[in-house]
Amino acid sequence: MNPVTELWSSLIEALVALGDVSRFLLRLILATPRALLRFDLIVRQIFNSGALSLVIIMLSGLFVGMVLGLQGFQLLQRFGSEEALGVAAAIGLVKELSPVITALLFAGRAGTALASEIGLMRATDQLSAMEMMAVDPIERVVVPRFLGGVIAMPLLAAIFSVIGVYGAQLVGVQIMHVDSGSFWSQMRAGVDIRDVNEGLVKSCIFGVACSLIAVYQGYYAIPTAEGVGRATTRTVVSSAVMVLFLDYLLTSAFL
Amino acid sequence: MNTPAAIVEIRDLHYAVNGRPIFDGLDVDIAPGRITAIMGPSGTGKTTLLRLITGQLRAYSGSLIVAGQDMSSLRRAGLYALRRRMGMLFQNGALLTDLSVFENVAFPLREHTDLTERLIRQLVLTKLQAVGLRGAADLMPAELSGGMGRRVALARAIVMDPEILVYDEPFVGLDPISLGVILRLIRRLNDVLGLTSIVVSHDVTEISSVADSVYLLSGGKVAAHGAPRDLKSSSSPVVRQFIGGLPDGPVPFHFPAADYFGELLSRGEGH
Amino acid sequence: MRKSNTLNLGTGAFVLLGFAALAFLTTQITSRGLHFGSAPHYDVTAKFDNIGDLKVGAPVSMAGVEVGRVSHIELDLKEYKAVVLLRINSRYNQIPTDSDASIYTQGLLGGKFIGLTAGGADTYLKDKSEIDFTQSAFVLENLIGQLLANFAKGSSSSNSSGSPATDAPATTEKHK
Repeated sequence: MNPVTELWSSLIEALVALGDVSRFLLRLILATPRALLRFDLIVRQIFNSGALSLVIIMLSGLFVGMVLGLQGFQLLQRFGSEEALGVAAAIGLVKELSPVITALLFAGRAGTALASEIGLMRATDQLSAMEMMAVDPIERVVVPRFLGGVIAMPLLAAIFSVIGVYGAQLVGVQIMHVDSGSFWSQMRAGVDIRDVNEGLVKSCIFGVACSLIAVYQGYYAIPTAEGVGRATTRTVVSSAVMVLFLDYLLTSAFL
Repeated sequence: MNTPAAIVEIRDLHYAVNGRPIFDGLDVDIAPGRITAIMGPSGTGKTTLLRLITGQLRAYSGSLIVAGQDMSSLRRAGLYALRRRMGMLFQNGALLTDLSVFENVAFPLREHTDLTERLIRQLVLTKLQAVGLRGAADLMPAELSGGMGRRVALARAIVMDPEILVYDEPFVGLDPISLGVILRLIRRLNDVLGLTSIVVSHDVTEISSVADSVYLLSGGKVAAHGAPRDLKSSSSPVVRQFIGGLPDGPVPFHFPAADYFGELLSRGEGH
Repeated sequence: MRKSNTLNLGTGAFVLLGFAALAFLTTQITSRGLHFGSAPHYDVTAKFDNIGDLKVGAPVSMAGVEVGRVSHIELDLKEYKAVVLLRINSRYNQIPTDSDASIYTQGLLGGKFIGLTAGGADTYLKDKSEIDFTQSAFVLENLIGQLLANFAKGSSSSNSSGSPATDAPATTEKHK
């Protein structure tokens, strides 16, 4: 098989996968109204995907913000514009860094948990048992986890942004002695509500993508130990690629 | 012969997986109120047949009628309605791992009925008592042994008072005591609750002791059918090999391969 | 059932935290946040030949004190000038009608803002007034162009004609 036919068949495979995932998404959307009746399940999943990810998100937000403060200060110092640190950090975080980094961290922590949970239920026949008891596993197991991720992601990204801004402030104002008033006022002048909205839309879309990939990989996992493991790694890899690709698409669409 | 109408009626069933034919014109009648065993060598599709009967799979052709419903014409709603009248015991129990024993057995009640907590509690404890595990109600599935897990799954399968109970290899991996317990339960539940039980197994001795009628599948068709003792005295080579546990016969010992000596001598010649 | 209470609490706290973060982002770090626009204000227009990169939301200050913000920028196609709408806090309602509006730069590379210099009139700006005296933004390219033109003039003729300072880079315009 020469490289051209291999590339072609990989492309076809990717298209087929895309089609499968899209149809799965449609199934989830159709089952959502009934799944909403079991609100307690969704609450539990918001807790699992969101609240339990708080620590890593907040820590990462803090460090990313601090690095942004450091790097930004050094760069702006060359142009004598240290006071612009606030607006630089805020825009960088809100528009790019928060949605993307939160999505990647989410895929690693919550996405793998979702995939392995559902994959394990598949491997131990729990999903089939539910079907046999006339309970739709999509409604009861998959959709709540999907919705939990979709709701948690933008909230996590917002928290990341806020902590990041304070991290930048910590480095810039407290350590590098940028004027606190300028830091905040230039930020207020330079950041538009549109920037915040764009970041929000990005994180919502990333939330759908990462949650969808995670539950899809789990639901269709091969019912063996190895299969579940593969589903978990595929979740992280696919989510990462998807997020970065969507990031480019969305950023250019917003421009 | 005035046998009661079959509760599961299969005629000329065809099914294949990846092009490989599993069933090639299968005819089976499951009589109501009785224990019917489905046996056969590995790979003959016993579990597949169960999945066809419970509607998890759809046949390619032929007729499959369960409790008066034509399975090929059932859509989701009808399928789910039918499944509420059936119970299935999976090979490894398939308990929901994040729920306790009590919650597992209560699961179908909570999902499908509006019964009060008190009533649910009474029903669950009654069923657990029937399988001898009422005291384990607060344990988690991870804390149960294989046999206990299967018994809990059995309690769960009968909690909605089904008409048909399907067992997928219920004896696999059990010690003799647990085995005896399950056997006794299958028989007693069938008689006391008036169930129809379909048991897929290849434990000939065990299942023969409780089954009313046996189907032996081979090559995608029914190889033999009748009461257990009829099969024991059958002269068909397929039946003899299976019942006697003979290593070679109609089911060959050797997987199809090239000539033995030829293959040995041709080593190193780009084989 | 006890377990589900802590669960609900945890989830509720998380969701609340998330929304609080969102609220913070939308109100505290943006130019159209809560701290701006809710105070009573009046609008005043000013026309400029060139506003440079003045943006909506840029501060309007007087004697260095912020009195308002730029709320709208438009092009007047009859006079080919930029029409800037200044939203001034109603607290500062004693700005003389002959005041001066100029566009300055914050710092070296900062954004543009509008500075008001008080005139001497007895009447004050109110809603829908127009500021007549404006000074356009400092455009670097124009200055360089004029400097080059002056050097060219200076080197081509033996006697230099006055100091280059007579050609100011920005001109004060009067309307009407």
